[in-house]
Amino acid sequence: MKMASILAVDDSASMRQMVSFTLRSSGYDVIEAIDGQDALDKIGDRHVDLVLTDQNMPRMDGLTLIRELRGVDRFKRTPILMLTTESSDEMKQAGRAAGATGWMVKPFDPQRLLEIISKVLPN
Amino acid sequence: MNARANALAERPREYLTFRLGEEEYGIDILKVQEIRGYEQPTRIANAPSFIKGVVNLRGVIVPIVDMRLKFGLGSAEYNDFTVVIILNLGARVVGMVVDSVSDVMELSPDQIRDTPEIDSVVDSSYITGLGTLNDRMLILIAIEKLMGTAEMALA
Amino acid sequence: MSDTHTSESSGDVFDLSQFHGVFYEEAGENLANMETLLLETDESNADDESLNAIFRCAHSIKGGAATFGFQDVADLTHVMETLLDRLRRRELAITSAMIDTLLESGDVLKHLLASRQSGTDPGIDCTELVARIGALAHGTVAAPVAVPATETPVVAAASVVAAPTAPGERVLEIAIGPLDQPKFAENVVELFSEIPGLGTIEPTDDGQPDASQTRHFRVVSTVTDSDLLDLFSFHVSREQVSIRELGAGPAPALAPTAAHDADPTFGLFDDLPTPVAIEVHAPEALVVAAAKAELPRSADRSAPASANLESSTIRVPTEKVDQLINLVGEMVITQAMLAQTGRGLDAVVHQAMATALTDLERNTRLLQEAVMAIRMIPMTAVFNRFPRMLRDLSGRLGKKLELHTIGEDTELDKGLIEKITDPLTHLVRNSADHGIEMPADRIAAGKPEHGTVTLAAAHQGGSIVIEVRDDGRGLNRGKLLAKARERGLSVSDSMTDTEVYGLIFAPGFSTAAEVTDVSGRGVGMDVVKRNITSLGGSVEIDSVEGQGMRVSVRLPLTLAIMDGMSVGVADETYIVPLASVVESIHMTASDVKSVGGTGRVVEVRNEYLPLMRLDELFDVPRSVEHSGGIMIVVEAEGGRIALLVDDLIGQHQVVVKNLEANYRKVPGVSGATILGDGRVALILDVSWLVRRVRH
Repeated sequence: MKMASILAVDDSASMRQMVSFTLRSSGYDVIEAIDGQDALDKIGDRHVDLVLTDQNMPRMDGLTLIRELRGVDRFKRTPILMLTTESSDEMKQAGRAAGATGWMVKPFDPQRLLEIISKVLPN
Repeated sequence: MNARANALAERPREYLTFRLGEEEYGIDILKVQEIRGYEQPTRIANAPSFIKGVVNLRGVIVPIVDMRLKFGLGSAEYNDFTVVIILNLGARVVGMVVDSVSDVMELSPDQIRDTPEIDSVVDSSYITGLGTLNDRMLILIAIEKLMGTAEMALA
Repeated sequence: MSDTHTSESSGDVFDLSQFHGVFYEEAGENLANMETLLLETDESNADDESLNAIFRCAHSIKGGAATFGFQDVADLTHVMETLLDRLRRRELAITSAMIDTLLESGDVLKHLLASRQSGTDPGIDCTELVARIGALAHGTVAAPVAVPATETPVVAAASVVAAPTAPGERVLEIAIGPLDQPKFAENVVELFSEIPGLGTIEPTDDGQPDASQTRHFRVVSTVTDSDLLDLFSFHVSREQVSIRELGAGPAPALAPTAAHDADPTFGLFDDLPTPVAIEVHAPEALVVAAAKAELPRSADRSAPASANLESSTIRVPTEKVDQLINLVGEMVITQAMLAQTGRGLDAVVHQAMATALTDLERNTRLLQEAVMAIRMIPMTAVFNRFPRMLRDLSGRLGKKLELHTIGEDTELDKGLIEKITDPLTHLVRNSADHGIEMPADRIAAGKPEHGTVTLAAAHQGGSIVIEVRDDGRGLNRGKLLAKARERGLSVSDSMTDTEVYGLIFAPGFSTAAEVTDVSGRGVGMDVVKRNITSLGGSVEIDSVEGQGMRVSVRLPLTLAIMDGMSVGVADETYIVPLASVVESIHMTASDVKSVGGTGRVVEVRNEYLPLMRLDELFDVPRSVEHSGGIMIVVEAEGGRIALLVDDLIGQHQVVVKNLEANYRKVPGVSGATILGDGRVALILDVSWLVRRVRH
């Protein structure tokens, strides 16, 4: 069975690497991007099963990326998780308004990341 | 006694032997990188006469010192039989021209004697001992130390 | 990596220490970036973009530090982030004290990270610093700009209204406050007229805030509380809004928005599967705005060129690059040997070979240029440290200092950049400390209060020239001469100004009225000069008393490969650096004139140049007397001389080999190279030759 593909967006290289390594070790296919714009460029016509995105990034931030993705048919239903450093109501509201599926607080450890991913992805 | 014990502790076991004039010398084989024939070096102006110049050794510039000239031994001829010992002394690579190279000899401690009073062209402070094998006498020298001295004008 | 920290709960399964290296590098870049941005910030007019960028730097470091368990770093960056967040939202106005404190924090972070990386104890207690930043962060609310900067554009608001979820209208009592500025509440009121279908609003307090500066309204709307809050949050913060449904019990001010687990670290906005709920919020308006089925490509946007985009650069260890350069150097030599051998062949018979050799020469040259270019980096790498340094010096010396830089993108070999940094730092310090006067003195002298230090870099022929200029007090010739005599140096009043200024480079020389620790007593100038000459460069000072001083450093662009002209002197071959060759002229014995018995000059274009015979200079043995020859005019250190050689052999690239590695420094010789036939040729040190003639 082909494993799900996940788009991981974060301008911090160390975070990206940690997330990719963790996910790939569990068999997920990972597409990395350094900010919202890069994510859109890299996605192209591909299908992605889940999006993990940081909020604060240059050029295009997380909320904008989420909005852009939701504006595209094939991403209307894709689970999108915001990675946020605090679970403030304000941030959650903004995320919800932008169309995020949910949020995850940073820092997280690899084990936790995998648990949450498996909750969110259908299979 | 002490000096000898110290010297013993430092002595290598295998020596490359070569001739300079009437005398035969031995140096630590580990300091020897290779042995080559003589090729005309590029002269360096205003260098002492015993520094013949520099040569290209596979891309590295190496100075060539003629030990025969340095120690005033015999005539320094340069022909097909002239030998250059390339020394790798850690901090530098240097070539020295000698009369001829003999062989590599292994000497055990009891074949080596103290020689404080030998009359040699090489300053006795660089002589670490006298090796005897059959009726050959080898003057063992600390070549790295010798090459580093100011009088060798390499530094 | 000596750091072996692993994540707490998953140490067995996932070793996070493998990511530490990347984090350290990235944190280093973020810190450098943050410092630059802070230094460039104009307190009276800070722009959003910079403030956001500075925030992101701290935020990024915090994220990684928290993830990898670097608690001290995380704590410090957290409080910095709090301050920066308020600043970027314009809730606070940025002050010089804040910038200083943030700069200080950056330094501390650097230290903490370095300690982590080397596994040593940082030995710093950050408590005081953290408290100080916290105090700054919770300072008085300044409100220079009305609208708090949030990142949700107003467009989203329209979408929310387009699909209300509550079935019918509700009557709500809404309180907004405490407010510093009543007009924020008015903005909320305006929302109801801007957004169709939002509902109606009317004040219940006659337009006057109550004792706690709170406004009260009555709202009739079909929109949910949470959606209303979303909209209101553009103008006021959520904590300031309380909504109560009339007729219902007191509703919580903040509608819980998420499917609450007991787990605060993760949550979903609605139950899975997400489709329906999200779709309701699906921004039809946005879809209309986007109006395309594909994703917008970056070509459609004006993406600012980001120099740090990871996707367009590769990090390569310098050792690999050095090895590449060495190999290319060897290849150049081999190609030269082939070319030499090839010249001996009959070009007609071996036409294919001749063509191939020509191609090889061109390709080798291109390859070598491309490889050398890899190591060239802009001077920005060196100039970058000076804004901060001058700022610190300003504070410490009580002087006002400004920095100008020119030619930052002039490129220089990485190895040279590293070596030139210390000497330049010393020169800049020197200008700040000894050159620029105190503000009062400057004003008294009719100068602007700010002293200016200028750094300029430019290419000139095969060299790079770097200048450190200041508009300070300049040098006093008399004082210098007096000091030199005091020091026992042999000087004479007939020395030119340049020579007198050059005395500064003499060991043990210092004209500082007092010894200061800032510029290291001024005796460092001799070290500066030595460092520069050891790189094959030269340094010169120019000055006008009362107006300022200029130190010019000239360096070869790269040490490894250069263009050379090979010349023959009797049986020997020497190389003249092409960059210093002005011209070459055939000559005869009669062209030479003698001066003062021993000196010789030759006339070139109405100018008399000192003549140097290479065969005499280098004591080249000759079997036959040689008359005539070729004269090569060379230039270095601002002076020209003529060199007399027998022939011009050719012009070609030479790989510069170090003579001093195994031998020693030879006067008049800057290095050696290997010719096509395998022999060694010496490269002339033209600067030395010119200097020698002068004395």
